Amino acid sequence: MIPADSPVLILGARSDMARALAHEFAKEGHPLMLAARNADTLSEDMTDLEVRFQAKVTAHDFDILDVDGHAAFLGNLPEVPAVVVSVVGFMGDQDESAINPDAARKVIDTNFTAPCLMLELCAGRLAELKRPTAIIGIGSVAGDRGRAKNYVYGAAKAGFATWLSGMRQKYVDSQLHIMTVKPGFVRTSATADMDLLGPLTDEPEAFAKKVMKALKRKSQVYYDIKWRAVMGVITHLPERIFMKTKF
Amino acid sequence: MSRVETLSGWGRWPKRDCVVDDFDPATDTPDRFNHSTITRGAGRSYGDAAMNPDMTFLGPLRNRFISFDPEAGDLVLQAGAKLSEVLEAFVPRGWFLPVTPGTKFATIAGVLAVDAHGKNHHAEGSFGDHVNWFDLMQADGQIKRCSPKDSVHLFNATIGGMGLTGHILTVSIKLRRIETAWIQQKTLPAANLEQAMQLFEDHQDATYSVAWLDCLAKGDARGRSLIYLGEHASVAQLPAEQRSKPFDYPAPKPKSMPIDAPNWALNRFSLKAFNYLYYRKGTKAPPVELVDYDRYFYPLDAIHQWNRLYGKRGFAQYQCALPLASAKEALLEQLDAISKAGLGSFLAVLKRLGPGAPNRPLSFPIEGYTLALDFPLTPQALTLMDLLDEITIAHGGRLYLAKDSRMTQATFEASYGDALTQFRALRRQTGAYDAFQSLQSRRLNL
Repeated sequence: MIPADSPVLILGARSDMARALAHEFAKEGHPLMLAARNADTLSEDMTDLEVRFQAKVTAHDFDILDVDGHAAFLGNLPEVPAVVVSVVGFMGDQDESAINPDAARKVIDTNFTAPCLMLELCAGRLAELKRPTAIIGIGSVAGDRGRAKNYVYGAAKAGFATWLSGMRQKYVDSQLHIMTVKPGFVRTSATADMDLLGPLTDEPEAFAKKVMKALKRKSQVYYDIKWRAVMGVITHLPERIFMKTKF
Repeated sequence: MSRVETLSGWGRWPKRDCVVDDFDPATDTPDRFNHSTITRGAGRSYGDAAMNPDMTFLGPLRNRFISFDPEAGDLVLQAGAKLSEVLEAFVPRGWFLPVTPGTKFATIAGVLAVDAHGKNHHAEGSFGDHVNWFDLMQADGQIKRCSPKDSVHLFNATIGGMGLTGHILTVSIKLRRIETAWIQQKTLPAANLEQAMQLFEDHQDATYSVAWLDCLAKGDARGRSLIYLGEHASVAQLPAEQRSKPFDYPAPKPKSMPIDAPNWALNRFSLKAFNYLYYRKGTKAPPVELVDYDRYFYPLDAIHQWNRLYGKRGFAQYQCALPLASAKEALLEQLDAISKAGLGSFLAVLKRLGPGAPNRPLSFPIEGYTLALDFPLTPQALTLMDLLDEITIAHGGRLYLAKDSRMTQATFEASYGDALTQFRALRRQTGAYDAFQSLQSRRLNL
């Protein structure tokens, strides 16, 4: 068990999902370090956490794509976190990223290269603490099967999940727990332009509560139960059939 | 980016394709649009109040808490926050909502816009009585602070105003102190309507009171009920082992209706059996028991998507308020009409209302009684509800806009009367008429 007074670092803290996760950690009493670009604009979110749960919150400027700055960022934090949550992600425009190298690189770096390198760095630090620690990486079901609609994003998320899987094996003898979370559809501004399948869509708060439960029972890869069923079918469809579906 | 979604209220009827978008008050000022819009909170009103095919704003993510004054109990928050979020944050610190409807999954803006009442209406009034102020974005994009002192007309019209005066952005409410998360519940059986009403009158000093009513009982047993009284339990009233953690209670296990029930699942026989068994169980319940606030106030919230019970066709909730003097007569007429139509309601809830708020034109409660019934959406039920409307109007009663999906403009005008003229005038003056509309406001020509 990770003690309730140990600090939690949230990377990409501005998103709706990150805010909902921050609420859950704050409710348990964890101090929070919120990391995002233009950290000064996080003040409303900091106040929110303080008023709701009397949480101790700090905000920190952080750009996931500034890979060279990752180590300095970690070193400059007021405390070493016991939990690191990466909610970093960028959907991009599929058609654009499929033909424009810069656009493709941005999607791949934001969802794969940069967060993987950052979490690798964090894993080393956390494992050294020699007490219960955790890393939570928010991936996506889009990484489980390439779909015409979003396969550049999906490919990056697939890489992210594979990297975390490898890291999990690497640190299996440490007290660091690594959890991959694959949200299906969560109603956030990031999914605003997608067709949301009603019953399969969660509100961010409801989803965050499930993630916390999964962390407590030390899940390795967490899907919502409904999505486990859906993806169970989708990932097992033979490619020659899957390619003809409109999913 | 806007998209099209099929929306409906909690009753799942009517359904309509609506253009929807996330609401950002920085860019989505109403004057930007050349058509009307409506803001939707959690979609917990039953009918078509939070639907506009041209543009329905989805607001639940504007849910930040802004400040809390522990001396006065004043909480300031963005209006998209849900009641459940307030409870989660503040019950463990000894604070409770001043007034709560039967679901905690409604937003603060939604509860304010329908001026919701709860089981303490007879003593504490409705939600609007506990609002210190709110910020409202009007049709011209200006944000106005409304309170009992500033912009009073707008304050009064917005409380109960169904989101038709502007976007409710930020709200300050007054929380009430509690010692524990528990309610001491007393169950009193009443053999018929007369006894039930007498029990309400005898227990006007109870903090909370509400009755479940068997609307299928006939003859001398017409209106037989179970009256539930409630008081916030003090620490001393808890069992010794719970006193050190007065705000802890066993978390309810979430259940869910994963699929629609078949339309035949609810029929007069299954309803009759349910009502009979429920009443019998109630008469045998211990007269006083400790219940946590979740089970006391939000029993249906424990079953997610319970609205699927009525099958694909959806359902309508019928809720009327009847003035004290004629309530008994009107209720008996309504019970007769229901029984004659051979229709029953799975849930029938009766409640004594305290004085209403005549200065708020669309606020629902009036001093007397309110009855709430659920009917599956069938042609017979629609006919019956028209008949119930006639009884309601004849006795000077009215219908609750938060539940309504089908009343006519004539019914509405006959029941809300002159206050409507005032509300319509304010809508014209402030430009709200062109900027804010819902399917309901169009149906009722609001």
